[in-house]
Amino acid sequence: MIDKMNTAIDINKLNEIAKELRLDILEMTTKAGSGHPSSSWSSVEILTALYFGGILNYRSDEPWWEERDRFIMSKGHAAPLLYAVLAHAGYYDREVLWRLRQINSPVQGHPIQGMMPGVEATTGSLGQGLSLGLGHILGARLNGLDYRVYVLLGDGECEAGQIWEAAMAAAHFKADHLTAILDYNKYQETGPISREMALEPLAEKWRSFGWHVEEVDGHDIQAILEKLQFIEQINGCPSLIIAHTIKGKGVSFVEADFTFHGRALNPEQAENAREELLCA
Amino acid sequence: MRLGEKAGLKPSKPMRDVFGEALLEVCKQNPRVVVLDGDLSNSTKTEHVRHNFPDRFFNLGIAESNLVGVGAGLAGCGFIPWITSFSSFLLCNAYDQIRLAVAMSNINAKILGSHGGITLGKDGPTQMGIEDLALMGGLPTMTILVPSDPVSMKALVKAATDHDGPVFLRSSRVPMPYIYSENDSKFEIGKANVIREGNDLTIIGNGLMVTMALDAAVMLAEEGIEARVVDLFSIRPMDKETIGKAARETGAIVCAEEHLLQGGVGSNVARITAETYPVPMRFVGLPDVYVESADPYELLEKYHLTADDIASVAREVFAAKKG
Repeated sequence: MIDKMNTAIDINKLNEIAKELRLDILEMTTKAGSGHPSSSWSSVEILTALYFGGILNYRSDEPWWEERDRFIMSKGHAAPLLYAVLAHAGYYDREVLWRLRQINSPVQGHPIQGMMPGVEATTGSLGQGLSLGLGHILGARLNGLDYRVYVLLGDGECEAGQIWEAAMAAAHFKADHLTAILDYNKYQETGPISREMALEPLAEKWRSFGWHVEEVDGHDIQAILEKLQFIEQINGCPSLIIAHTIKGKGVSFVEADFTFHGRALNPEQAENAREELLCA
Repeated sequence: MRLGEKAGLKPSKPMRDVFGEALLEVCKQNPRVVVLDGDLSNSTKTEHVRHNFPDRFFNLGIAESNLVGVGAGLAGCGFIPWITSFSSFLLCNAYDQIRLAVAMSNINAKILGSHGGITLGKDGPTQMGIEDLALMGGLPTMTILVPSDPVSMKALVKAATDHDGPVFLRSSRVPMPYIYSENDSKFEIGKANVIREGNDLTIIGNGLMVTMALDAAVMLAEEGIEARVVDLFSIRPMDKETIGKAARETGAIVCAEEHLLQGGVGSNVARITAETYPVPMRFVGLPDVYVESADPYELLEKYHLTADDIASVAREVFAAKKG
């Protein structure tokens, strides 16, 4: 359980958590023999900052607490990261992680709303999470609640029209409690984004839709926390944090090979990755 | 001759108006109901809610994918969203969002598909929802309701709102005459209503085709054929008992719907009949074509969705039954 801002933030400790999450993701996907480890590793520091850096208000023993801040994993293929984070946050026993993608397990390949405590949304068909986040904002207003909503977007999914429908609507409704964090690792499934479907100028696009935009090194937890704290002061418009990341972050041979998207490491690769992550 | 006249049914106003009033009523009764619009509130008649409960009404513009997602988010906050638009636009633009955020998430959201079928008429095939029931049939958790008159519309809007889980309600633009009286009619999700007794064959319809079926039954009665008429307003769950009983007791079934035959309600009735008590069947519905712009009643005639067409296949199936 995290009480917002009451915890003195120890960045070294957060980096240690990030390392543990990377190891969990490796074990989960290698055991499952499939999954998206590289997309999960790319967002590790972002979720570490949100869940363990005093940003998100949540009660792991009361997952659907009405006043909770919401986190929506729009890039649903990073499900292993979400599951590992929720286990680490105490939503459930981490033993369940090793049943990822196994039959008769609640740990689905992509997140299904409510199937695991703390999983807010069904995602995996890309482009859908931001709209859901806006719905939770409008619901907060009707309920007279003050919580914030955070949506993690993939960069590739910003090619989807629904993202821009939601971006337009969020600005229209002046959703200043809505924050999107864009994991900008510059690769989509089939190759570099700049080659497959150019997104740039990305920040300008969002600004022109009426959003406040910040950019940050997506692996620098201190810097992410500062941005997240800063944008809480923004009034009258939603905010986007473009987090510049490295796909496969933490494992050099995965960082160097984008074809690891949607591919688990085999046992030998996993052994090498484990050593690298432990030594980091 | 107007629809329902043979059967002695009282005329009514357009179903979209009935829906608009019914929706306003549930908003008055239940403060958790919110309404989402894809910029068609003056066509779907959700405008009554817009005027009376502006805080609980959201126009998301012409962006159906986002419309569904925002509605799903509101459901996640404990509200009961009615997500509304034309059946064709909503389902065909936002099927993936309905699939993940509503059906797979099994949330308590209600979807209105207005202007179902071909009887919106002159606006033409781009606006017509002729495949909506087939699409909704592809979503395992989705309850599917099709009102056939003003009384059933009112009751089913309330039943959908009270039901815990995703519901699709199909509406039409045209008037549907009064089949039911306000006080002595029951509409239970998962049940069908037998609205005319008869033992020679059964006509199973939904929506506007229930009126057609009643007209057809009068024509058949003049020839000495007594048709049972079933209003299958609950497409999912479907009332297997009433269908099986009709097969056993009447020995022949006609299904009628303002929808593509491919993937339509008739195919599901046929499956249930085949599993329970196979009898000769015939099907009235749309062949594999897109229809055209025209007056609704001209379209119904041209594409063989009239009481005459139902009576004609009813005679066929009655003859087949007798062998």
